[in-house]
Amino acid sequence: MTPPPLILRAFRQPEQLSALDPAEWDLLIRQARKANLLASLHVLLQERSVLAAAPAGPREHLAWADALAQRHMLAVRQEVSLIRQALQACAVPVILLKGAAYVMAQLPSAHGRLFSDIDILVPKERLDQVEAALMLHGWAATHHDAYDQRYYRTWMHELPPMRHIRRMTVIDVHHAIVPDTAPVYPDPAKLRASACPVEGQAGLLTLAPADMVLHSAVHLFHDGELDNGLRDLVDLDRLLRHFGSQPSFWPMLIERARTLELTRPLFYALRYTHSLLHTNVPTEALAQATRFGHPGNATLALMDALFSRALLPEHPSCADRLSGLARQMLYIRASWLRMPPLLLARHLFHKAFLSPRLAESAP
Amino acid sequence: MKISELSPVQLQQRLHQQGLCIRTGPFVTRVHTSLTAAVEGIGLLYADYPVADEDDFADFHIRLALPRGVRRWIKPQVLFLFDGTRTFKPLPADQAFPMFEWGLNWCVSSHAHSYLIIHAAVLEKHGHAVIMPAPPGSGKSTLCAALARNGWRLLSDELALVRIADGNVIPLPRPVSLKNASIDIMRDYAPDAVFSRKVSDTMKGTVAHMQAPADSVARAGEPARPGWVIFPRYEAGAGTRLTDTPKARAFMRAADNAFNYSLLGERGFASLAALIEASSCHEFTYSNLDEAIDTFNRLQPQVPLS
Repeated sequence: MTPPPLILRAFRQPEQLSALDPAEWDLLIRQARKANLLASLHVLLQERSVLAAAPAGPREHLAWADALAQRHMLAVRQEVSLIRQALQACAVPVILLKGAAYVMAQLPSAHGRLFSDIDILVPKERLDQVEAALMLHGWAATHHDAYDQRYYRTWMHELPPMRHIRRMTVIDVHHAIVPDTAPVYPDPAKLRASACPVEGQAGLLTLAPADMVLHSAVHLFHDGELDNGLRDLVDLDRLLRHFGSQPSFWPMLIERARTLELTRPLFYALRYTHSLLHTNVPTEALAQATRFGHPGNATLALMDALFSRALLPEHPSCADRLSGLARQMLYIRASWLRMPPLLLARHLFHKAFLSPRLAESAP
Repeated sequence: MKISELSPVQLQQRLHQQGLCIRTGPFVTRVHTSLTAAVEGIGLLYADYPVADEDDFADFHIRLALPRGVRRWIKPQVLFLFDGTRTFKPLPADQAFPMFEWGLNWCVSSHAHSYLIIHAAVLEKHGHAVIMPAPPGSGKSTLCAALARNGWRLLSDELALVRIADGNVIPLPRPVSLKNASIDIMRDYAPDAVFSRKVSDTMKGTVAHMQAPADSVARAGEPARPGWVIFPRYEAGAGTRLTDTPKARAFMRAADNAFNYSLLGERGFASLAALIEASSCHEFTYSNLDEAIDTFNRLQPQVPLS
């Protein structure tokens, strides 16, 4: 059996990295860069006090990534404060999602995490008001094509992404965490009801700890965009380690997954963080997640084959002959999970044949 | 070992197979390529550079490759791959060597954030660096090439690396990039220097590279202290004129030419402030290279080395 890729070994047992030779460090840094995890690796080595044991060359690359990540966190805080100002007049509770939430709630998963957009969740009935307020403060729609507009507004769980005309920053305004058209639909009202205020930032909230984990899981295992698959799995790992240090968290997590109908993504999240990153999941929690979220055996065998490949960095050293196919199949699966088959067929037909023609005939 | 110690066949094999690890200043780049234009350019202009151990850590992994499909044969193109990732649009295959140079600049300027990186030519004399930030077309490279042939040590013709930890200017001597009319001017000016062949119709017009002086390459490990920050401007027919420029203005102009000033935040500000503080700052207009060199040779550092 081939040994697991260095990047997995690094996140499982950073203490053992001091045994790597220069060529192995070379490969580790490349895998981490490709996975967008260099700065996270820097933080991890710092936390475990093993950074000094790394040779000078790799340590320099980790420090470079850290400089970028520090700047990024600052930019996120500033952007969030501008969003808060823009939406102040609406008096709408703004729930930060994913990366921005980790940064503002100062969770360990924030360190070294690079992301391009800020995601927020607002009540569906307030969408128009939020959109108008953002436009008034300089954010403009990015998708001008009439079909794209309809695609987002009718079927998706978010507005078309909006970009600030001067700063070029992008905000995704969600009203739910999965598309309206998806077969499972965790009720956004329940998510909003349990949201937690961000300390010192009136009007800003994050999802409750269990909901944050479930959102991260549904995003990774239902969304099909696996360019940052391992980075997202590391997020889950860090969230689980952080919240899971309270024993009461685990039963709550299982309970919440059942309420929100997200037991399947939770099952995958616990299964793959445990198998790939050796996240410490209590046996009882794993058993419960299996009981409620286990797919059929054949499906699981297929998912194991797909995710064990697609969750690795897209680096040649982490790929086998089936890696590309695995990513493609998961992409198709994600579209499938997003929309009922007929709607999906219609959407793909439009994207393949009509959108290009319309683009050509545009002035 | 130096690259010149490899036979042409060995060089080609290395670039083709395991990759050639070239040390330039503080960085090691592992290069793979089978494109003749790139192999030729590297063999010619990097002859004096040390080859790093291939089992060692390399900072950047790059490959210049032909694309798949028809563009391999019809109007062939070259791709620049940064550890397998396409970072630029493909260029015509005969631009492989300039693309290698531009790509290498990108590798440094978009990663090496332990330095404040300014788009500038840098030379050194008596331990002091002259940093010349300037936009393209200001005659920065021509002046840099001429100074490098006249007793100034070449630190870089594109990237000033100011080490944040100690404010030292770190050498990254690499071939000097010349454009359009500058190419023939330098060929006449330095007939015994080594030049790559001209490549026309690039995004910067016609380009050629001049080999960095061997002494500059050999002394790539010796940093310099900041001495002068000079903003050069070539103006046809103009007299040679060196004037003082206020430090606040020099600061802003250098910041405009820095790649990672805002990324570095407070540290970027502190590094640039220290650099400007320690340097005497000037604007420089010229049209005659000999007079220009004369003026530079009379420069006195603001603070003598202790």
